[in-house]
Amino acid sequence: MRYVQEFRDPKAAQGVLRAIEAVCTEIGCTADDPLRIMEICGGHTHAIFRYGLDKLVPAGIEFIHGPGCPVCVLPMARVDDCVEIAEQPGVIFCTFGDAMRVPGTRKSLLQAKADGADIRMVYSPLDALELARRNPDREVVFFGLGFETTTPSTALTLQQAKREEIGNFSVFCNHITVPPPIRALLEDPHMILDGFVGPGHVSMVTGIHCYDFVADEFGKPIVVAGFEPLDLLQSVLMVLRQIAEGRAEVENQYARVVPEHGNPVSLAAIADVYEPRPSFEWRGLGEIDASGLRIREGYRAWDTEAKFGIGYGARPKVAEPEGCACGAVMTGRMKPVACPQFGRGCTPDTPLGALMVSSEGACAAYWTYGGARAVAAAE
Amino acid sequence: MCLGIPGQIVSITDAGRQMGMAEVSGVRREVSLAPVADRPLEALVGEWVLIHVGFAMAVIDEHEAQETLIALRELGEAQEALEQMAEGDRALAGVHAGEGTA
Repeated sequence: MRYVQEFRDPKAAQGVLRAIEAVCTEIGCTADDPLRIMEICGGHTHAIFRYGLDKLVPAGIEFIHGPGCPVCVLPMARVDDCVEIAEQPGVIFCTFGDAMRVPGTRKSLLQAKADGADIRMVYSPLDALELARRNPDREVVFFGLGFETTTPSTALTLQQAKREEIGNFSVFCNHITVPPPIRALLEDPHMILDGFVGPGHVSMVTGIHCYDFVADEFGKPIVVAGFEPLDLLQSVLMVLRQIAEGRAEVENQYARVVPEHGNPVSLAAIADVYEPRPSFEWRGLGEIDASGLRIREGYRAWDTEAKFGIGYGARPKVAEPEGCACGAVMTGRMKPVACPQFGRGCTPDTPLGALMVSSEGACAAYWTYGGARAVAAAE
Repeated sequence: MCLGIPGQIVSITDAGRQMGMAEVSGVRREVSLAPVADRPLEALVGEWVLIHVGFAMAVIDEHEAQETLIALRELGEAQEALEQMAEGDRALAGVHAGEGTA
């Protein structure tokens, strides 16, 4: 089962689905007493809705959509920081396109751009570094955002900036890491989870042993998964088999891309450039210990926080907008359609909460693949 | 930004910076080869890699890369990645996004 066409083969999917049904029967999970399986990665959330996998699996399985969309969990105060930096004279502010529409207290980056700030959407942090080379009289800031999948790209870019002594470039670091929020969720007494589908491309960088604690300390199965429908179904089956057999292990369904010990160059670059912050705020989840990264002393000259005097936590925390239930949705306590704002005050065109902004947010995915119809049908 | 897309390395453009030219769905884009430079750079020419935000993050099997590209094209996601790359080119050219792209 190596190639994509095989990962979309309806016959193979039927086979896996039948196996899933058999294990569900063996475990005895039902719609009233379902097994709750969390997919951590926003890419998986997107794929589950796109292929309707939540409807394909037996009613005894409930998908809980985890906090794995970096745009969605970014606290509003950090968006305000971005706008403040971008509006300073002489700054070219570079960002991935995904972050442009995230609402801040005053405005989003998109609105700041419309108001005249020089904000550029770039594909890669290397584009931002190139802008710094070409504009030596301007201060170029790159908005570093994302999990371990994108963290190596900014780390390697900062190493390059230091080697070339490009002084007018810096990174506004908002990188976060996957294992700490999993621990926080497992320690939350209100959260009842039976197992995890682990992120694929994060694990390509980290390897699979950063999840050992999920199995060893909390006794929950976790299976690192690919992004094709059959990858996800097979991973769910692997989680179920562990539960049925009373095992709790870290397994790797996505071994065709994920090496057991990750990518050594990327891990070395991350360790060289970044260190954990004592804690970092996650939208909907609050402060989580050692879940965010900051730039080490040796790269201070390329650290936007040092350069612009913007420390983490200096700005007062910003409450979620009135009626926004992103936090409850993100911890699995509420389904997107149960939010009073879903499809009314909050749509992908006019997002109120972060889960509606990115295509990997649970609400946006839900809306795009059937939620809009659900709201229309209810009215 | 989390989306990965397969591309084929066609040449080494700057060995010092570990940069190479990748071809993605007929579009050429310079990418960093640093994460996969655990072998001589020249050995990467002709290889297929999974590209995330301008970095080759993993070497992948050619057949699998082709199939993934076909699947991404069907889903419109290859187009999305290519548009993001074009956006980067526009940013470098100093053209503000949204102008002249309609």
